Amino acid sequence: MTAAGARRGRPAAGGQGPHGSMPTYLGMPAFPEAARAALADSQLRRNLAHATHTIREKRARAVAELDDWERLRQAAKAIKDHTLAHLGTYLLRLEENVTRAGGHVHWARDAAEANAVVARLARGAGADTVVKVKSMATQETGLNEALAAAGVTAIETDLAELIVQLGHDLPSHILVPAIHRNRAEIREIFRREMPDAPAGLTDDPPRLTAAARTHLRQAFLSAKAGISGANFAIADTGSLVVVESEGNGRMCVTLPETLISVVGVEKVLPSWRDLEVFLALLPRSSTAERMNPYTSVWTGVTPGDGPREFHLVLVDNGRTDTLADPVGRQALRCIRCSACLNVCPVYERAGGHAYGSPYPGPIGAILSPQLRGIADPVDASLPFASSLCGACYEVCPVAINIPEVLVHLRARVADGKRKKIISSERAVFQASGWVLRSPWRLRAAQRAGAAGRRLAGRSGRIRRLPPPLSGWTDTRDAPAPPPESFRAWWARTRGGASRGRGNGQDGGS
Amino acid sequence: MTAARDQILARIRAANAARAAGDTPRAGDTPRAGDTARATGDADSAYAALPRDYRRAHHDPASTDIVELFAGRAADYRAVVERVPSGAVAAAVARILQARAPDTDGVPRFVVPGGLPPEWLAEVPDGVELAGDDPPLSSAELDRVAGVVTGCAVAIAETGTIILDHGPAQGRRALTLVPDFHLVVVRAGQVAADLADAFARLDPARPHTLISGPSATSDIELIRVEGVHGPRNLHILLADTGASS
Amino acid sequence: MRIGLFITCLTDSLFPDTGKAVVTVLERLGHQVDFPAGQSCCGQMHFNTGYRREAVPMARGFAGAFADYEAIVSPSASCAAMVREYHQVLAAGDPGLEREVAAIAPRVHDLSVFLTGVLKITDVGAYFPHRVTYHPTCHSLRMLRVGDAPLRLLRAVRGLDLAALPGAETCCGFGGTFSVKNSDVSAAMCADKVAAIRQTGAEVVCAADNSCLMHIGGALTRQRTGVAAMHLAEILARTEDGS
Repeated sequence: MTAAGARRGRPAAGGQGPHGSMPTYLGMPAFPEAARAALADSQLRRNLAHATHTIREKRARAVAELDDWERLRQAAKAIKDHTLAHLGTYLLRLEENVTRAGGHVHWARDAAEANAVVARLARGAGADTVVKVKSMATQETGLNEALAAAGVTAIETDLAELIVQLGHDLPSHILVPAIHRNRAEIREIFRREMPDAPAGLTDDPPRLTAAARTHLRQAFLSAKAGISGANFAIADTGSLVVVESEGNGRMCVTLPETLISVVGVEKVLPSWRDLEVFLALLPRSSTAERMNPYTSVWTGVTPGDGPREFHLVLVDNGRTDTLADPVGRQALRCIRCSACLNVCPVYERAGGHAYGSPYPGPIGAILSPQLRGIADPVDASLPFASSLCGACYEVCPVAINIPEVLVHLRARVADGKRKKIISSERAVFQASGWVLRSPWRLRAAQRAGAAGRRLAGRSGRIRRLPPPLSGWTDTRDAPAPPPESFRAWWARTRGGASRGRGNGQDGGS
Repeated sequence: MTAARDQILARIRAANAARAAGDTPRAGDTPRAGDTARATGDADSAYAALPRDYRRAHHDPASTDIVELFAGRAADYRAVVERVPSGAVAAAVARILQARAPDTDGVPRFVVPGGLPPEWLAEVPDGVELAGDDPPLSSAELDRVAGVVTGCAVAIAETGTIILDHGPAQGRRALTLVPDFHLVVVRAGQVAADLADAFARLDPARPHTLISGPSATSDIELIRVEGVHGPRNLHILLADTGASS
Repeated sequence: MRIGLFITCLTDSLFPDTGKAVVTVLERLGHQVDFPAGQSCCGQMHFNTGYRREAVPMARGFAGAFADYEAIVSPSASCAAMVREYHQVLAAGDPGLEREVAAIAPRVHDLSVFLTGVLKITDVGAYFPHRVTYHPTCHSLRMLRVGDAPLRLLRAVRGLDLAALPGAETCCGFGGTFSVKNSDVSAAMCADKVAAIRQTGAEVVCAADNSCLMHIGGALTRQRTGVAAMHLAEILARTEDGS
């Protein structure tokens, strides 16, 4: 089965994000079950721990080098918020300037519409094969599968995407989609799936990289059409920006006669000048470099240099629904750096596939349920796939308060449960809320708990609780209630419910 | 297509109108400077009021040798960096091209774009062939040359980056992409301290390529490997003072 | 100064010794501590699990119980952060409650910040002759930003041998209902935290939150490590005469 076959499309209308659609990975269970399977894969855990720890420390060093990092971050946040608040204005300006520079602008409401536009353009360019530079937007729309259905073969040219494509696998990281594979596994994939892989290929990363170079060379030199995303689209100049490392991006946006760029509407920036902020933040957050090896910037078409035809496809696919949410819209500031994945202790253990979408990790946990809605159990489980430790917010270069959005989306899920006739969780939380908001009922509950101390036996620890709390006691003891709560101790020793004014030596100050 | 455009723009208007109406402060919210009267009219004035208190340059050109900073930072990417007096560029170019000869079959052939200062090539020996790009070479031909020699538009000291705007002395984008070896001559005066200065020097209408070291990937175990699809060898010749052209 | 002890429902119900320790330390420093009996729960668990509506009466109850105190001190950095950061969200739409929350929230402190930042004291006269490692809980670190306040307090404890915890700033995997809803990932995170604690050779791991300590401690006893989980306040309360 190919990666194409491993996904299923979902109807565009679903849940609370009626305008977005994105393939959910076939048969993917909700996050807790998927994570359990990932945890059992010790090789996967080693690969992920190794890779994320390596990049984590490098990122911290790259960021520490700029003493105004927080000011850059706040500037980026302000620019993005401003752009979102005036999104219509800037998109129209972008359209005008791209058109003036000889490009064509297309608008797509959802994934199907975007894919149809691209397929039509690729066929119109006479391309039966297109070279692609890694793009989250086209992962999101499932473009490769749609192109295949239209008789166009899409070749992924980013090394990690190539590994995923050749391995009939799914991406598990925004920056490094094959992060779950180690060098030995990659060598096996190349030997099995790459007809021109050199004999005696070792698992030395430079050798593997050289094999990919040779494998893709002819495709680059002969492709009639290239497909890209864009990291930024500059409204006041009509310029598109692609940030990359390998040179495959340069190949795709330079050599083919036709270039099609598929870009989410939130990627627009007001002005050329804004690059001085975002190109300072993105590489250091993403690959922990002062600057990534290659950045391509182009404005429409340039006679005698690069593609003769340029098409920009602006994609909504759930973004305007996200924009309508006063708390959730901050997710649209995301520049896809993946710093939040690399620091996330949950991602490190669960891996990217558990998130059931091309957007894994903390950002995926707030983006997928907003773009797709929460009707599907996978999407409804994502806001809970976090311990709310806040490490993601701390490293985010555009200061997306991911924990805040997670909690906000949890409320949406809980509100959905309110509408159901029977929800045991809702019943538990309503009952406990009734107890906990009253000191008297809390005290009564504490007395009842103390009476149940015998559960714990002599150790003072509880070793087994019924479901759903058994998940805790499978690996951890639970504390037994003490014979006397603090509240009871205070009442006994300090004379009851004191609300009197303090009379200590500094009292009344 | 117009239907899609109109509908997306209408959704955006609706989303932003609802937000403007029901604005409530949230934890950690920063005041949105000048952003309260939104809709469409005042985007530019609100944009002008955005906070930009970050540094224009992280190394002060008055107290730092930014050319040396550029050299060090470019070398950190494992580019080969040489600093020479401007009068010695021709000799250095000749030496560097000749040194590539053993890596090529037959006579090493290098592409030189139009507008490259002829004095940079004045000492290239007979055993090295130079090819122009007029008429344009095919991609297949570019794939067979030993390398390319260019100038650049701007360089950025802080990040060790070279920026090509593909104007004179730089050639169209494919010239510095397909060949495996790129020799770039950077004049000291082209080195900007940081991103802000560098971007201000560029003309956005032109195509640009920002180059920071040879092509690289971190896609295998997040370990950096130099040399993928772009030139695997980047040689920077930093021509010091008194620009030669 | 009128100090109101914000005990938190968890410490009140399951870890009363921590509350007694906070009282001991503050009284030893010459302050009178009051326990407003009208307090119950700050609503964090409900809020963080999405049951916002159920948490609103708790925010209201908190504001009523603590309105008269100049300083409100809690042994839970997490619950203190809930009041400081998120009660305003719960109060939204109720102008009266919004005003009360705005007035109270800045007066809520975690014990370590109250001691070092408000009272300007690092040596509280404690004695604890044991090897101790400190786990900075996520909410103390990233929401309340207590910084090195707990470490400065620990360094001033006589006899205490402070061991640095590898990967200290990584979450222990508690996360409230996360530990139940995603118990496998939570347990895996906890296992790594326990391994790091054991690596230090410490007899005691301490923190500024009983919730995380309950989690870590539950694994420490299950694995029979012999390492004790103790709240910072309980270490600060110990003196040479064994009080």
